[in-house]
Amino acid sequence: MTSDFAAVFRAEHGRAVAVLTRVFGDLEIAEDAVQDAFAAALEKWPATGVPPSPAGWIITTARNRAIDRLRRESARAGKHAQAALLHAEAETLEEGAVHDDRLRLIFTCCHPALALNVRVALTLRMLGGLSTAEIAHAFLVPEPTMAQRLVRAKAKIKAAGIPYRVPYEADLPERVRGVLAVVYLIFNEGYAASSGETLVRNELAAEAIRLGRLLVDLMPDEPEAAGLLALMLLQQSRRPARVAPDGALVRLRDQDPGLWDHVLITEGHTLVRRCLRRNQPGPYQLQAAINAVHADAATAEATDWRQILQLYDHLLALDPTPVVALNRAVVVAEVEGPAAALALVDDLSLDTYYLFHAIRADLLTRLGRLAEARTAYETALSHTTNQAEQAFLEERARH
Amino acid sequence: MNQYVLSIYQPDGPVPEPEILDPIMRDLEVLNTDLREAGVWVFDAGMHPPETATVLRVQGDEVLVTDGPFTEGKEHLGGFIVIRVEDLDAALHWGRRLAKVLRLPVEVRPSQS
Repeated sequence: MTSDFAAVFRAEHGRAVAVLTRVFGDLEIAEDAVQDAFAAALEKWPATGVPPSPAGWIITTARNRAIDRLRRESARAGKHAQAALLHAEAETLEEGAVHDDRLRLIFTCCHPALALNVRVALTLRMLGGLSTAEIAHAFLVPEPTMAQRLVRAKAKIKAAGIPYRVPYEADLPERVRGVLAVVYLIFNEGYAASSGETLVRNELAAEAIRLGRLLVDLMPDEPEAAGLLALMLLQQSRRPARVAPDGALVRLRDQDPGLWDHVLITEGHTLVRRCLRRNQPGPYQLQAAINAVHADAATAEATDWRQILQLYDHLLALDPTPVVALNRAVVVAEVEGPAAALALVDDLSLDTYYLFHAIRADLLTRLGRLAEARTAYETALSHTTNQAEQAFLEERARH
Repeated sequence: MNQYVLSIYQPDGPVPEPEILDPIMRDLEVLNTDLREAGVWVFDAGMHPPETATVLRVQGDEVLVTDGPFTEGKEHLGGFIVIRVEDLDAALHWGRRLAKVLRLPVEVRPSQS
């Protein structure tokens, strides 16, 4: 029952909040009502069993409870309650619009007028149904801080009139990029946590993949949505091989491909092929394609580095950032050797990025410049607080 | 409908040369006409430089009068436009146009009325 309930909660929270936001025209009323309904379900369902349409049950219960509450409040001359009630009476509850409702909710949570960290937190809260405590834990801030951030975000949405709507055609490409960036940020926090131990982080990556599937479902004509999902699936497929039994980080080239999750790889590959047929490459699709080539290789030696380098050239042209240039340099090391790669790396200014120093250290090691390599590993160490990454660097620095 | 204040922040100092200012003012005229024709314009004001401002502060029973603007700084509020539109996206649409015309930062803030 508990796991049934948790599954329903994860799957239906976003849908319910989305529908009720349309019904009441207010994010906060919607969220409170959905909380109420899930609390009622937790009381009822153990006796009655999970109803045939859990989503329908939650939405109907939430709507009725919210209307009851608003009636009581509007009797006490609550102007806000009256307005919400009026809105609710004008709206009919149709299931057909659900798809669109969730898309509207995503765009509301990811509105560019909200700070990026607020967009991430709000998306996890409203669509993912994560508790304030879970989000706070995942992003390493005290729970009251996260609670305050969410309250402030909801207050801004209401006061500033951030619309519950998919943006106009003209704004769409820019906004879609923002939405995808938020989901990838959530994934990255789960995949390579910026610090701390690991538990909630894995769930965060899984949550991002769930949101990614939702986006593909909601925006079937957006190739970058498919690209992002493929990228996350292919990265996630390596998770079992990325960490050794003692918790140490294992580099891609040292991983045992037998440990990779081949179900995720197959799904990722299918998406990448679908993207290729469309031929509208974007940064996420190219990164997914790069990861697909990695996944194709049975061993690190069998990797088609030239093809990866071509994809990186394309990616660097679309997204000329130092981090992309750094990753490309790693591939250059495989194709043209460590000296060529080091020359590229030394041209980049990424002084505070631990991977920059770690990659430099690796290239210096391969060139036999061991004293310089050791210094570079030490610099890398000073730029990460993630324990697994620290352990990996300490191990490398000793050689 | 919501009301928004579009505040324009401009650097202190002399007014730009006519060859810079004139085309900006022409574009601003076009924007002002569009705002009125779209029925979103409520009120606007362009302001004299910050050194013409006077600040009043209560101290005990007294009200202290000081010369100059409320905040120190190199940029000050130079003027504002109040508009009435559907939601923030519509307000940002007009705000973006204003910022492009003036090449100055524009703060979009909902007003309580």
